[in-house]
Amino acid sequence: MADNVNTNPRGAHDVILDVRNLKTHFGDDDKAVRAVDDISFKLQRGKTLCIVGESGSGKSVTARSILQIVDYPGKIYGGEILYWGDEQMKSGKALDLAQLHPRSKQIRNIRGHEIAMIFQEPMTSLSPIHTIGSQISEAILLHQNVDKEEARARSIELLRRVEIPNPAVAIDKYTFEYSGGMRQRAMIAMALACNPKILIADEPTTALDVTTQAEILALIKELQLAYGMSVLFITHDMGVVAEIADEIGVMKNGKMLEFGPSEQIFYTAQHDYTKELIDSVRKLETSARKMRKSTITDKKLLEVRNVSKIYPSRKSFLGKASDPFKALDNVSLDLYEGENLGIVGESGSGKTTMGNCLIRVLEPTSGEILFKKSNGNISDLAKAGKSELRQVHREIRMVFQDPFASLNPRMTIGQIVGEPLLVSGLASGKELRDRVGKLLETVGIPSAAMERYPHAFSGGQRQRIGIARSLALNPRLIIADEATSALDVTLRSQVLDLMLDLQEKLGLSYILISHDIGVIRYFCDRVAVMYKGQIVETGEAGLICSTPEHPYTKALISAVPGTHPRDKRIVNRHRYVAEAAPGKAVA
Amino acid sequence: MANLRGGIEYASQWTLMWHRFRKHKLAVAGMVVVALFYLIALFAEFFAPFDPEEANSRLTYHPPQSIHFFDKDGFRFHVTGYRLERDPHTLKPIFVEDDGRKTDLALFARGHKYKLLGLIETDVHLLGPKDPNERFFIFGADRMGRDVLSRTIYGGRFTMSLGLVGVCISVLLGITLGGLSGYYGGKIDWVVMRVVEYIISLPTIPIWLALAAALPKNWPPHLQYLGITVVISLIGWTELARVVRGRFLAMRGEVFVIAAKLDGCSERRVIFRHMLPSLASHIIAAVTLAVPFMILSETSLSFLGLGLQPPSISWGVLLKEAQNIRSIASAPWLFIPGACVVLAVLSLNFMGDGLRDAADPYSH
Repeated sequence: MADNVNTNPRGAHDVILDVRNLKTHFGDDDKAVRAVDDISFKLQRGKTLCIVGESGSGKSVTARSILQIVDYPGKIYGGEILYWGDEQMKSGKALDLAQLHPRSKQIRNIRGHEIAMIFQEPMTSLSPIHTIGSQISEAILLHQNVDKEEARARSIELLRRVEIPNPAVAIDKYTFEYSGGMRQRAMIAMALACNPKILIADEPTTALDVTTQAEILALIKELQLAYGMSVLFITHDMGVVAEIADEIGVMKNGKMLEFGPSEQIFYTAQHDYTKELIDSVRKLETSARKMRKSTITDKKLLEVRNVSKIYPSRKSFLGKASDPFKALDNVSLDLYEGENLGIVGESGSGKTTMGNCLIRVLEPTSGEILFKKSNGNISDLAKAGKSELRQVHREIRMVFQDPFASLNPRMTIGQIVGEPLLVSGLASGKELRDRVGKLLETVGIPSAAMERYPHAFSGGQRQRIGIARSLALNPRLIIADEATSALDVTLRSQVLDLMLDLQEKLGLSYILISHDIGVIRYFCDRVAVMYKGQIVETGEAGLICSTPEHPYTKALISAVPGTHPRDKRIVNRHRYVAEAAPGKAVA
Repeated sequence: MANLRGGIEYASQWTLMWHRFRKHKLAVAGMVVVALFYLIALFAEFFAPFDPEEANSRLTYHPPQSIHFFDKDGFRFHVTGYRLERDPHTLKPIFVEDDGRKTDLALFARGHKYKLLGLIETDVHLLGPKDPNERFFIFGADRMGRDVLSRTIYGGRFTMSLGLVGVCISVLLGITLGGLSGYYGGKIDWVVMRVVEYIISLPTIPIWLALAAALPKNWPPHLQYLGITVVISLIGWTELARVVRGRFLAMRGEVFVIAAKLDGCSERRVIFRHMLPSLASHIIAAVTLAVPFMILSETSLSFLGLGLQPPSISWGVLLKEAQNIRSIASAPWLFIPGACVVLAVLSLNFMGDGLRDAADPYSH
């Protein structure tokens, strides 16, 4: 290796991490999975680099390779990871992290001390049996020469830095007493404990609600400026990228397709895949319903009146009764034939409970759910008996969130799709096969695939199979509970388009439950916004998404990341503080 | 996952399970041994050289003879005979090897007549003396001069099949009650689980003794056989019920089960068509692990004299012969049925472990 490779070339003092031809493979024979296949990029001092890609593109493995924490049997097979820390700048010789042994003292000094990492799931990356404070102090004690009291004082200061309320008290709480957003803040505090030069953030906001995500992103940005850190941000969300990135690397199948400054990538992308990624996000900023001819009628299909779902209080072992929990609190809704109604809200807002009560997977505690059946009769689903429900379940069908869990792994897709036809006695034998074949073709799956088991299909294909199953009995209403949230962004709009095509063909109505404003805006005519079991606002989708009335909706909409790097919407977002919000983890 | 298509992606769950099972060498070895045992048990008459009931007082406690393939004249498939002598000091009868007497052996030799599988009448045995009137004892002879090898083979038929039949009864009880308990939960679950706990809390051996003692002694052998199986499976179903209940409880909330309910499936169809197939592999593993329990139970019961009664033959009955000091001292080969029990139980356990690991895709 020539000496000049390892010395800092003139004019490149602003590069802190220089990755060249990195290769990380899982396994070492011909069948090895090349998770990271010959990629190169540079991380600038004090800047944010976003690596974006869909699931399986190798972006997380790239991040893990830098710290040498790739899971077995993954191993770095070639390339250099040149690190230019303060020491390396002084000596003028970079440290090649790829050459260090994964368990060597040198790499352990780098980990946490020079380069810190935060992960996607704050629940599993914090220890449940130690207090937050002791976990942060431990990180300080490991790398810095201070005593316990000093470490504790610093931990409190760090918690204050990451905006955790009342840090002197919060430091002695356990992980489960923190909410998801607070856990991620604590993780960041821990990462900051030793003033790292680089912060690697691996999908840190994916598991969080959109408003919490906005807060965490703003916090990372602010801390980056204060500490002069470089940030390597791994994400699949182009919106997040637009908000925070200075530079962007686009990955697919282990290759770096494109690398460049944020605006260049967003406005003059070279690669088709990059364009597709950006387009699929921008597409969700428009409304597909406006562009198609309206199917809305003035005939009411469903009328939900004052429905509540209350989980009664439970006495604990010591006889302490908890408050009853109102998952749904006096909710009323209307749905017209041919209309698409969106129910949007954050996790815990009761939107899924709502969907499950409508189809009676859960029993509502009180209220009426009036459904107009195809024969003109009106049925109250909240009180319907078994045989009545069985009839109604032919007309109201459900599409589920998780395409992997919702298909029985022991049945072929032909059997899965044909099951409702078979049990209702509508078809059997050859007729059943023909109808199942037709149904599969309607959703874009070749009918020849009927004999295969679900595990032979990808997530998007499985979701199509789920839709085919819901269509089998010629339903009139389909409840789609987060039907696209488990899919990659390029597939999302495809599945939504399919559902809209089917609506025109078959005269369906949809209730789409989602946390994703983009999906709702694209798909729905009207939206109901839920917050803590109540509907805070209902209205026309375009209006709600552009000029919301209720302060909560305003906060929700403004926290949605945009798709233009110049907007910086999150910095200017609207904040909503619920009056005397109950259930706050730390007072 | 689209790029992973082809090859193993298309394999059905059972094929995948078989692939994983094959990697478990000990389990495969166990399966081979178990298969061999059941094969021998099924065709006991063919594999046993002699009638297990044929007694000869002159051959009491005849020691085991080893098979030789050569003698000084070249190839000769034979065993060396023994001569009965009296010890000059104690006057005790002892068997002394006699080089002059050799019994020639043959494969597929003719011997006593029997009906293969109860259908085909034949007199061919896998191994036998060339002259049907000669006798030889690879595992030695017992107190009444009966061939221990033949008796062990016939005993295996009872013990091994009791394991299967007993497990069938246990499975029926266990799946029904455990399934009900896990699927419906609530009060039904509470009642079933308390019953299971009650049964498990009872000391097993006294309960068996009491139940076995209640069986009439004058029942014909096949009724006795049935009675013992029922007694043993009455205890054996509890473990299975717990396993099945746990699985049902976990699966009840699975999205595809909810989907099946919304498809309009009746509860019976949800349980049998949608839930049970996913559990089948786990149940098979649990069943394989329950068979050894049955075998050991039968052996203990018969050993204590409360299981099967002679003249029926089982490994437990055979071990009863080895209950006293005198047999241990003078005829240690009477323990051979015990070795068979150990081998069968170990093999079944290995095989069950392998099946369980193979059935659970998240085990490694």
